[in-house]
Amino acid sequence: MKILVTVKRVEDYESKIKVKPDHTWIVTEGVNYRANPFDEIAVEEALRLRDANMPSEVIAVSIGPAAAVAEIRSALAMGADKGILVKQDGFIDSDAVARVLQKIIEKEKPDLVLMGKQAVDVDDNVTGQLLAEYLGFGQATFASKKESLESPEEKAKKPGVQLAADKKSAKVWREVDGGLECLEVALPAIVTVDLRLNVPRYASLPNIMKAKKKPIEELAFATLGVDAAPKVKILKVEPPPARTAGIKVADVPTLVEKLHSEAKVI
Amino acid sequence: MATILVVAEQAKGQLKKATFHALGAAQQLAQRTGGQVHAVIIGEGVGEVAKQLAGATVHVVDHAAFANPLAETHAAAVAAAAKAAGASHVVIAATTYGKDIAPRVAAKLSAGLASDVLGFAGEGANVTFKRAMWAGNAIATVEVTTAVKVVSVRATDFPAAAAGAATAVQAFSVDAPAAKTKYVEFNEVKSARPELTEAKFVVSGGRGTKGDFKAVEALADVLGAAVGASRAVVDAGWQPNDLQVGQTGKVVAPSLYIAAGISGAIQHLAGMKGSKVIVAINKDAEAPIFQVADYGLVADLFKALPELTEAVKKLKA
Repeated sequence: MKILVTVKRVEDYESKIKVKPDHTWIVTEGVNYRANPFDEIAVEEALRLRDANMPSEVIAVSIGPAAAVAEIRSALAMGADKGILVKQDGFIDSDAVARVLQKIIEKEKPDLVLMGKQAVDVDDNVTGQLLAEYLGFGQATFASKKESLESPEEKAKKPGVQLAADKKSAKVWREVDGGLECLEVALPAIVTVDLRLNVPRYASLPNIMKAKKKPIEELAFATLGVDAAPKVKILKVEPPPARTAGIKVADVPTLVEKLHSEAKVI
Repeated sequence: MATILVVAEQAKGQLKKATFHALGAAQQLAQRTGGQVHAVIIGEGVGEVAKQLAGATVHVVDHAAFANPLAETHAAAVAAAAKAAGASHVVIAATTYGKDIAPRVAAKLSAGLASDVLGFAGEGANVTFKRAMWAGNAIATVEVTTAVKVVSVRATDFPAAAAGAATAVQAFSVDAPAAKTKYVEFNEVKSARPELTEAKFVVSGGRGTKGDFKAVEALADVLGAAVGASRAVVDAGWQPNDLQVGQTGKVVAPSLYIAAGISGAIQHLAGMKGSKVIVAINKDAEAPIFQVADYGLVADLFKALPELTEAVKKLKA
């Protein structure tokens, strides 16, 4: 099996995000970068599926600046077999990202594409679905594990995505409003992953060393023939409205009194 | 005249509350663009609930082939209805259903998609869209440059449309494409409490509960509130996934949000900052949650919550 995973370079969610004074973007100086956490879950799932279905390979793809090679290396250090970096500086919208991935997938012809349900920078949650439509694939968004992350299944590092014996389809449990839904997708398909699919592994030191020798193919965005003109243009970026801290109350009776007479919510 | 097409979401013959908020958003767009509101509802046996889509011309796609909410088939039906109605905007609530199908609709219509929109800006008919990025640490104003625009809206940020009757309800016939996806089953999480994203009151517990949610649940029940949890609680397996409030969980905006034993990590705040009144109860006076709370109480939740539960009971008596 050939499994393709996406790995986006994003601002570390533990970095303090501040808006630039000219409201064009956020301040990037002094911010740490890392792989999108949802993508790490996708990489983990790909590795589990590969190891349960050898011979198979996992390809990690990133679209971003030259520095995004670090995020591909981190996927390789987790265990992915090879990387593809589409070099692109500056912002492109999710639609352009989907069309770039479409080109890569048409060339690589993977059996399954796993990706984070959203990247924690633009928080769009649309790329996987756009990609599925452009490719004419089925999709299962928000993939989750049927069992909890404390379950024996997770402890045994079992994949949550259940591949059929003939490898022509897969069953995927999805986290949706009001419960868990199970879909059977014909392969190739796009599966976007949610937080509770698995707990991603840490890369071991020997594997970090090994990852340095794994191949990474570099492609220039301009050679792919994708129109980068945005369908969704960011006009400005502002800080969120500040929520001012209220007051501290001394005890429960005071709290109840305030909620009843002042805020009038109870 | 501009046509704003709302995608209605239903389950078991009931419209989702979020749909009425999407309808409210569509009415705002119609006002700004001088347009009219249409709606599309897709499923099996959905003709009756279609009548509740106040003020809209409703296109009903009613066929067994659409009984299950599959993205491939439902997106095809929405796109066909949008073309037939000549829609300038397609509006859908950013529920898991909306998030699943909206991008496929946009791709079919060669349209740009503004996702998880919090509000509208811009002048007159040139509507731009406000949306959160970086877990709510920045709010972007975006322009959709295509002729047709698809917009998924965060239901809690738009007032619900007033109840009323649909202007017209008409059948809309569309062939279901052969889907590459099969619906297998749905495991509903049943609860006597209101759904988190739709509740007027929410009581959430964090790491401070040490996994003991009895006090949180007792308060929730006297208030008629939904129960929420922080990511730490869910990750520890103390509470099920679907209770998580936060950027990666549910985004809530109730009239009253009570956070008990929650420190207030950025990603949690992103999920509840829109609440009208926030109460924080935490032993640690320095916890970041107090910076967003209207009323903060530095106390042990195991003492404060039962006391609060008794006080609310008395107030209601």
